[in-house]
Amino acid sequence: MITAERKPMEEILECINPYNRILLVGCNECVTVCAAGGRKEVGLLSTALQMAFMKEGRTLEVKEITLERQCDPEYVEELITYIDQVEAVLSMACGCGVQEIARRYATKPVFPAVNTKFMGASERQGVWSERCRGCGDCLLGLTGGICPIARCSKRLMNGPCGGSTKGKCEISPDVDCAWNLIWERLKALGLEKKYEEIMVAKDWRPSWHGGPRRIIREDMAE
Amino acid sequence: MKTDSVVEKVLKSGQLVVTSECGPPRGANPDKVREKAEMLRGYVDGVNVTDNQTAMVRMSSLSACIIIKQMGMDPILQMVCRDRNRLAMQSEVLGAYAHGINTMLCLSGDHIHFGDHPMATNVYDLDSVQAIQMVKKMRDEGKFQGGADIDTPPKMFIGAAANPFADPFELRVARLAKKVKAGVDFIQTQCIYNMEKFETWMKGVCERGLHKQVAILPGITPMKTVGMAKYMKNRVPGMDVPDEIVKRMGGVPKEQQAEEGMKIAVEQIQRLREVEGVAGFHIMAIEWEQKVPELVERAGLLPRPKF
Repeated sequence: MITAERKPMEEILECINPYNRILLVGCNECVTVCAAGGRKEVGLLSTALQMAFMKEGRTLEVKEITLERQCDPEYVEELITYIDQVEAVLSMACGCGVQEIARRYATKPVFPAVNTKFMGASERQGVWSERCRGCGDCLLGLTGGICPIARCSKRLMNGPCGGSTKGKCEISPDVDCAWNLIWERLKALGLEKKYEEIMVAKDWRPSWHGGPRRIIREDMAE
Repeated sequence: MKTDSVVEKVLKSGQLVVTSECGPPRGANPDKVREKAEMLRGYVDGVNVTDNQTAMVRMSSLSACIIIKQMGMDPILQMVCRDRNRLAMQSEVLGAYAHGINTMLCLSGDHIHFGDHPMATNVYDLDSVQAIQMVKKMRDEGKFQGGADIDTPPKMFIGAAANPFADPFELRVARLAKKVKAGVDFIQTQCIYNMEKFETWMKGVCERGLHKQVAILPGITPMKTVGMAKYMKNRVPGMDVPDEIVKRMGGVPKEQQAEEGMKIAVEQIQRLREVEGVAGFHIMAIEWEQKVPELVERAGLLPRPKF
């Protein structure tokens, strides 16, 4: 999933300070799962914002709505009913959702209430960690199902570097050394030999270095 | 001979190679480079010039290499993958060779987290293994990494680093084998203090015959104080300093610790030169360059061959 974390209250308040009526839009997908911008967080943020305004002797009208998917034009269309009644939109979706609202409602200011973080998985209750960078050319088949692009701090494709210590990365004892994980996994699979195959310089064109990316499915596109 | 590198010539002659290093200044004063390099003249076969070492901004390795080259000495260009993409790396290799620099080191680089610009972006377009492949292809095939021909290919003698003490230990010979497969000519290791562990690693290297394909120069760093020994033991990632070394340094009065550190370094060199596969030494006297001549002399590594 795409993970996100709510922005600090001061930053959100600064964005919406000029307005008295806002639309606060959550998303029922990833940000709900990672407890950053679902229906529940929309309710909490709405209350907190209104209280902050009250403290300054102001009133903030908040229309709360949580869309099924904020990155999908079909659902973003639902905001049409409310958009003219507000001065600005505050989105609790990932950056994709924020941009979809900006695209659809060209004259309405929209602000992000969360920082979009990474594509990750749930490690345990309340902990998510990065798993994928979307490099566009998946090499997990070569690395035992553990991604060095997303999980090695130096993105080494032929690691581990000289800083790997007791299974941890040199940058922090809280970070697993991805290459240690890869090695353990290759051993478990009986694929130790695979380690010595050099992974050649990556072609970054399918990734973010090739410019903004699109997928066009000829069989589906109209 | 693949190149005109003095390091290659010394190796070819069957003698032990001695290299040392010069960290460029955190400023634009060329005399700082000259002062440090001058101390090493006649005592080493090549002077590594570090590349934004520990992720701190310094005068560029290439510029400092050029200054050293102009002094009639032999710089070794260090190049990290952290700060440049493959375009910048290749253009730097061409530029270096155009200035007569014919020996270099391909490194991943310390993570930006450790330096004075932790807010900067990490590049890592390539890793060190891929960088070796790239420079080898430039030299041997006369082609850029992207495939186009090079007019006047740079004939670089290619070095890399190895840390025999990092984890997982069982992978350390295999990782070296990857660098050998990529085409590395010589290896400078992390500072060696744990002799037994180094010898175990070296045995693994020799068992696979890797010592016949690559020259291995163990890293030697004399300790100045017991404080430095403790710091390296506890704070430097991937460093293995046995308790005996710390005890030995702490066992003498403060004013004799520097001499004790030198003694340890001399003993290390004398022991390691007998180890199969050791082709020389890389002496990293951190902020203590003035001691390199004495160490080289006391370790019996003089005179250096002339070509």
